[in-house]
Order: sequence, then structure tokens, then C-alpha cells
Amino acid sequence: MKNAFDQPQSLLILGGASDIALAVARRMVAERTRRVVLAGRPSPALSAAAKDLRAQGAEVEEIAFDALRPETHEQVIDAAFELGDIDVVLMAFGVLGDQENDERVPMEAVRVAQVNYVGAVSAALVSSNALRRQGHGHLVVLSSVAGERARKANFIYGSTKAGLDAFAQGLGDKLANEDIHVLVVRPGFVQTKMTAGMAKAPMATTADAVAADILQGIAKRSAVVWSPSKLRPVMSVIRHLPRPVFRRLPL
Amino acid sequence: MGSRGVIPRGLGRSYGDPAQNCGGTVLDTTGLNHIVEFDAESGLAVCEAGVSLDQLISRGLSAGWFVPVTPGTRQVTVGGAIAADVHGKNHHELGSFGRHVKALRLLTADGTVRDVTPRTEPELFWATVGGMGLTGMILSATVQLIPVESSLVSVRTDRTPDLDTCMELMADLDAEYPYTVAWLDCLARGRNLGRSVVTCGSFASVEELPERKRQAPLQFSPGKPITAPDVFPRQLLNTATVKVFNEFWYRKAPLHKTGQLQSISTFFHPLDALAEWNRVYGHTGMLQYQFVVPFEQADVVRRVLQRISSAGVPSFLTVLKRFGAESQGYLSFPKPGWTLAMDFPTWIPGLSRLLDELDEQVLAADGRLYLAKDSRMRPEHLSAMYPRLDRFRALRAEVDPEGVFMSDQARRLAL
Ligand SMILES: Cc1cc2nc3c(=O)[nH]c(=O)nc-3n(C[C@H](O)[C@H](O)[C@H](O)COP(=O)(O)OP(=O)(O)OC[C@H]3O[C@@H](n4cnc5c(N)ncnc54)[C@H](O)[C@@H]3O)c2cc1C
Ligand SMILES: NC(=O)c1ccc[n+]([C@@H]2O[C@H](COP(=O)([O-])OP(=O)(O)OC[C@H]3O[C@@H](n4cnc5c(N)ncnc54)[C@H](OP(=O)(O)O)[C@@H]3O)[C@@H](O)[C@H]2O)c1
Repeated sequence: MKNAFDQPQSLLILGGASDIALAVARRMVAERTRRVVLAGRPSPALSAAAKDLRAQGAEVEEIAFDALRPETHEQVIDAAFELGDIDVVLMAFGVLGDQENDERVPMEAVRVAQVNYVGAVSAALVSSNALRRQGHGHLVVLSSVAGERARKANFIYGSTKAGLDAFAQGLGDKLANEDIHVLVVRPGFVQTKMTAGMAKAPMATTADAVAADILQGIAKRSAVVWSPSKLRPVMSVIRHLPRPVFRRLPL
Repeated sequence: MGSRGVIPRGLGRSYGDPAQNCGGTVLDTTGLNHIVEFDAESGLAVCEAGVSLDQLISRGLSAGWFVPVTPGTRQVTVGGAIAADVHGKNHHELGSFGRHVKALRLLTADGTVRDVTPRTEPELFWATVGGMGLTGMILSATVQLIPVESSLVSVRTDRTPDLDTCMELMADLDAEYPYTVAWLDCLARGRNLGRSVVTCGSFASVEELPERKRQAPLQFSPGKPITAPDVFPRQLLNTATVKVFNEFWYRKAPLHKTGQLQSISTFFHPLDALAEWNRVYGHTGMLQYQFVVPFEQADVVRRVLQRISSAGVPSFLTVLKRFGAESQGYLSFPKPGWTLAMDFPTWIPGLSRLLDELDEQVLAADGRLYLAKDSRMRPEHLSAMYPRLDRFRALRAEVDPEGVFMSDQARRLAL
């Protein structure tokens, strides 16, 4: 249950080893959050994340969750709610894919779509149903600026995020009058595992900076946050560029 | 009833989330508003749980009886007064509300209705007194009222220049007056730290009344409250305005005055004159912070005031009282010592951290926070503050193994 200062006490992360999600968890545990449930594919990274948060004083549970197995989502997510209220659900799983390879091997592209879109649709619906039963809570969905306008360099990933973004906005509108808050987060280039080894894009940011924006979005109950916020006008321009110009850009 | 359980709610005058149940059921008890029996000879009242203290006072006074304990508002129910084991300005003399309850009728999770007294089922009784609605729903209670000769209070007022003088005076006056309280200027600093207006009182005897009042000494006719309009800006109560108000309030009080006759409303329930008074805080709301520390830890009161005044955090009403013997409820708040209550607008930047800091001091001094007013404490502090929490939990597990009675506060604090 959140307190009078709106500080959440519990957090469920889907995609428990995500760098962005862990940055959020660290900040929340430093405030009032005590219970953190890390749902993800069992791995040393997931256990390390749990250890890190325990050292900070949180009670951490690790549960197995695979975005590629939507038929299991209900059971896994409901189990997390079973043990106590969840104030914030953070959906952070996602894969970037390898655009050139995935164009050649369509089944690989399908996998990206299955994790980022299909798995997310399933997990978000299961989570929001649990939040509705509980009567309160926030669902944070990690979208991406890549979904704002698909670029030829990564339109597979971009399109999955575009789909997810539209889905999550609709869900947020649907739940608004039930007091369940859905926050759509659109980060730019964030230096995390996902982007390791890639050349830094302009306006690159850090997981911790994104985490700060997410927490502010939760506190203000925003529908959408851009991170960093200056991406919003930039993307607005890019979105409206005439196609002949856009095609010629080295994006 | 659904998996989210139920919680009874009285008049909703607790400050945080104890009478809320997100996603679950809240039982409005205010329909249970009959005084079933009132014995004008013995002052024993059997009332349904939703009867308000306002109602009980009106009924009792006509026969020369007053409620044994009243909080700063009459707009609370008997059920709420028991569930929070409320205290008044007379705690040093008569303890908290639960002490005056002879029996209660409780609906427990298994659907049975039990008549519980402190003799027959002491554990369930003292878990329910102060139990914040979590042992079951109180349906009715038998309360012993106290005799009074009039409906007026003979009041002594003193203005004290600093905290030490205030505390000394209060300690002295406890023996003389059943009711004592101090209003503090939370923003005064330095040598003015804790300057205060101390008021004490006792019900006036008929002889103490002026001639014209002796005809009807028990008359009780509180005026209709004025309703605060819903127009106050968010930050009306800020350091500057509270400073001005405090200065005015302090200066207005007489240096020393005795024998002033005040009505019950003026003396006990000043805020009741303004319905929806909380609106002056604007839409972002307010919260209360009330703690008690043992008498030998009085210095904590000073340190807290120093911290508040140096941070310039405006508490609109800062009230200091002395508690007598520890109340018996497992989760009852009062124990011997000083209790300080403050209220803050929640928008104040950094307030959350500041209060966390104060919690540490209270905890280190073997003090505790009041559940009826808490909306933000850390659950891990609870068992140190309430040593009988384990007994409460064990009893609750017995009478309500599935956790049918459940509130947002119980979830937040893992009660
Ligand atoms: C202006 C003001 C001044 C105050 N001054 C004081 C003071 O001086 N001293 C003090 O001690 N308190 C004080 N309070 C707090 C108040 O007295 C308590 O919070 C009291 O419990 C409120 O009663 P209520 O009927 O409004 O109960 P609610 O706020 O509705 O409920 C409070 C708790 O009681 C439980 N409850 C209510 N009815 C029942 C029932 N029938 N069966 C079981 N549980 C029940 C609820 O579940 C909840 O946990 C003050 C509050 C205000 C607003
Ligand atoms: N980094 C960026 O620049 C950036 C920008 C915009 C948006 N985002 C989005 O932000 C989110 C978090 O990304 P991040 O930067 O924190 O990257 P990250 O550290 O790589 O986190 C992504 C997480 O998703 C998990 N995951 C992948 N497939 C999964 C599956 N099938 N089931 C369960 N979990 C799975 C990964 O877990 P495993 O260890 O099991 O693989 C990994 O922990 C992602 O949705 C990403 O698309 C990132």
C-alpha cells in the first residue's frame, strides 16, 4: 500500500534483470519500497540483481517468468500478487534483435515480436487484471522512441514498440476511471546491456536518469514520459519530416 | 465479500487509511445509531457502535453525565473511539476510552456475535480496544459515563514563554485539574522555542455558575457549524501565514487567568465549529504526526520542535499533552509520557524525510506513533513501538485466520 506521500511499498518487475528496471528498484528501495519481486528467466544476472537489492535492505523474491510463454503468465503473475499487494508493476523485458540478421531469418524477427509485443500484451493484461482486483496500483510499460517512427535501421524492433505503445495507451485510457494508472515510458538511447557495444546515439542517457523520470511519472500519474524529456520535441520534428527527406537520413 | 476483505468505518475522523479498504468492502456503521439503553441513575449507556459522541454527550448531559473521554472532535463514533482507544485532555486522570467500556458486542470473522467483557475474554477485549477494526465489527458497547454538575468548564489559561516553563506548569497542574493541554507555537525559535498557551479545566459546579445559568446548568446547545468553502488555494497554510496566526494566537491569550467559564464545544471541540475544516489545506491535503515519549525523554520533544522550527515547517495545530498510566489495549497508543501532535500540509518539500528522521528519535527514546493518525510510518518500526504486537497478531490469527477484516493501514503496516 502506498503511504500519504504516495510512496510505493512494493514492486514487481517483469524482466527482472533489466538495467533500467534495477535502477528504478534501487531508487524505490532507497525510499519506502521493501518488497521487490523479480520475475525473469533464471540467470546469474537475475540472482545478482536480487542480491544487490537485498543488500540495500529489501525483501526480494525471484520467480521464473518467460515472456515467450504467455500461457504461463497468469499463474506466475497472480502468484506474486497472492503474497501481498503490488503497488507498482514494471514491464521491462524486451529484446533489440539484430535487424540485418532478422530480415534474412524471419523466424528471428517473429521472436522479437513475440517477446516485445505478444508477450507484453499478455503480461500487461494479466497484470492489469490483478491490479483491478486489488483496486489500486501503477503499471509501467517500457516502450521506446523507436516506436515513434520506424527507421529502416531497426523497424522490426521499432514496430513492436509502436504496437506496444498504442496498446498500453489504450489500456491506460480504459483503466483511468478505475484508479489504475498506466505509464508509457519512451526512452531514447540508454546505456545498458541492451545497447552495449553500440555507438552512442545523440542525447544518450543512463538507466538511472530514466529511472528518475519514471518515478516522477508515477508520482504525477502521467500517461506518457519521454526520457530525456527533450526527445519529445525532437521526435515530433522527426515524425513530421516528409518521407523523401526521412528516407535520405542516415537513421 | 470478495478476497479483499472488509473494514468497519465510523465517521472517518481517523487521519490516514485505517478505515479504508482499497478494492474491498467498507462497512459504514453510522446507521447503527441508537442509544439502546441509558440509565440516568448509574450513567451506564448501551449504545450501538455508530452512535456519535455528539449524540451521547447530548443524551447524557440532560441527566448530568458526560463521556469519560473525548477527543478533539465530537464527530467520532463509539466504535471508532474504542477501535482507536482514543484519549482526551484527561488521560492523566481517567485513561483512554477503552477503560470505560464495560462490555462490547462483536461480530467476528466466523459470523458469530460475541459479548465480550474485560473479565470473560480479556484477550479478545484488549485486542479489540485499540485494534483498529481488525478483530471484527463492534456492534454495540456499554460505556460508563462520568457525572458532571454543569455543562460548563471552569478554565485556567496561562501563557508560557518557552518549553521548560510550559512543561513544568503542566506537570504541576496535572494534580489540580482533570483536563490539561498546551497549544505550542511550532515556529518559535531560540529562547522562544516551545512558547505556549496552557489551558486546564474542570467541570464547573453549580455554585461556580453565574446566577442566570443556575436554572439550567446542564444546557448543551452547540451552534450549527459553519462549513468551510472548497476554495482554499493549495499553499494557503505556509510558513508565513502560520507564523502570523501563531503570533496572533499567542498574543491573544491572557498571561494568566482563572475561573473563565467555557462551553464544552469551546473547550473540547473547537474545530467542530468549522465543518470540513480540512479544506483549508487545499486539495493536496494534510497529515497528522503524533508521538509519545516517556517523561524521562522529554528532551525529544525539544529536539523535535527545534527540528520543525529550524526547518520552518508549519504545523497549524501543535498540541502537547501528558499521558498517565499505559492503556491496556494491545495496540493502544497512550503510555506515560509527553505526547506531541502536529499537522502538516503534505505538499511541504522534504516532509517525508524529515518525519522519517523524527521517527528515529521517537523510536530511540522508546516512544511510539499513534496508529489512528499515522499514514506514513515504516512497518519495520512497529514491533519496537508496540511490544504487544505479537500478541495482537496471534489473537487475530485465531479469530480471523483468513484475514477477512482488512484495511489499507493493515496492509501498509502488515498489522
Ligand atoms: C479534529 C480531530 C481531533 C482529534 N483529536 C483526537 C484526540 O484528541 N485524541 C484521540 O485519541 N484522537 C483524536 N482524533 C482521532 C479520532 O478520535 C480517531 O481517529 C477516532 O477513531 C475516529 O473515530 P471515527 O468514528 O471517525 O472512526 P473512523 O475514522 O471511521 O475509523 C477509525 C478506526 O476505527 C475502526 N472502527 C470504526 N468503527 C468500528 C466498529 N464499529 N467496529 C470496529 N472497528 C471500528 C475503523 O476500522 C478504523 O480502524 C481526532 C480527529 C480529528 C479529526
Ligand atoms: N536500452 C535502451 O536504449 C532502451 C531504449 C528504449 C527502450 N528500452 C526498453 O527498455 C526495456 C529495458 O531495457 P534495458 O535497457 O534495461 O535492457 P536489458 O538490461 O537488456 O533488459 C532487458 C531484459 O529483458 C529480459 N528478457 C528478454 N527476453 C525475455 C523473455 N523472453 N522473458 C523474460 N525476460 C526477457 C532480459 O532478460 P534475460 O537476462 O533473460 O535476457 C533483460 O533482463 C526494454 O523493454 C527495452 O526495449 C531500452
